Amino acid sequence: MTSTAPVEVKRPESSEVTDLARPWKVIVWNDPINLMTYVTFVLQKLFGYSKQKAHKLMMDVHTKGKAVVSSGPREKAELDVFRLHEHGLWATMEQDS
Amino acid sequence: MGDDGAGQLSDYDESSQDIFWRCGPGRYAVELGPEERALLKELPLQLKQAFSEESERANLRRLFPPAYATDPQAEAGYRALVGQELEGNKAAELETLSQTAEATELSAEELDAWMRAINDIRLWLGTLLDVTEEEMPDDPQDPPHILYHVLTALQSLVIDALAEDLDG
Repeated sequence: MTSTAPVEVKRPESSEVTDLARPWKVIVWNDPINLMTYVTFVLQKLFGYSKQKAHKLMMDVHTKGKAVVSSGPREKAELDVFRLHEHGLWATMEQDS
Repeated sequence: MGDDGAGQLSDYDESSQDIFWRCGPGRYAVELGPEERALLKELPLQLKQAFSEESERANLRRLFPPAYATDPQAEAGYRALVGQELEGNKAAELETLSQTAEATELSAEELDAWMRAINDIRLWLGTLLDVTEEEMPDDPQDPPHILYHVLTALQSLVIDALAEDLDG
């Protein structure tokens, strides 16, 4: 084949570009040591969330076992995880499926 | 999550306002007894020492949790990228706490370092004591349990003092 109709060029669904573009989620997990007031404080401090929003996320962590506290490109998610680790929170990241 | 054992530590509950309070822009007064100050001077150095001991690695797992829980290759990359910086920052905070344990006044940055350092000590101690959601360590006869409670109460008061500013 020497030429390809434009409509048949690379389907985005299967390309690595969309794979890279899928956002990453930063998750904080429940643990028995970090205090509820501390988790709320850290979320306010690191992400600038209102006390109300930070408290709701903390309660999700406490009652549901985890909460997505931020999301974005991989580099941003990694930095957020690092800052949460600096504060001793149990944070992980995973790509949106 | 842990609770701050309110009610179990009447010493602190009664006089919570008198331990950490803002005494000027970005300045905090600290009023602690010699016993607490001795703890805050010594414990950070013990934890810092533990960083360099291979046998302590498992007890430090809550201080250095994985970023990628299900992807060992990505996790190795994260560790290689920031592992040393994370440990260095934690060591620096522990150093700050130990060196300022006798101060009667702290900057906001120093008090923030106290908060994180005390939390790291609690994560270490809580792991050693095998703290779970259901079982709080509350054996009044056991020194490590008492230590855990004292640190929890102190951290709680530091958070209250710092949060007051954050909330406006």
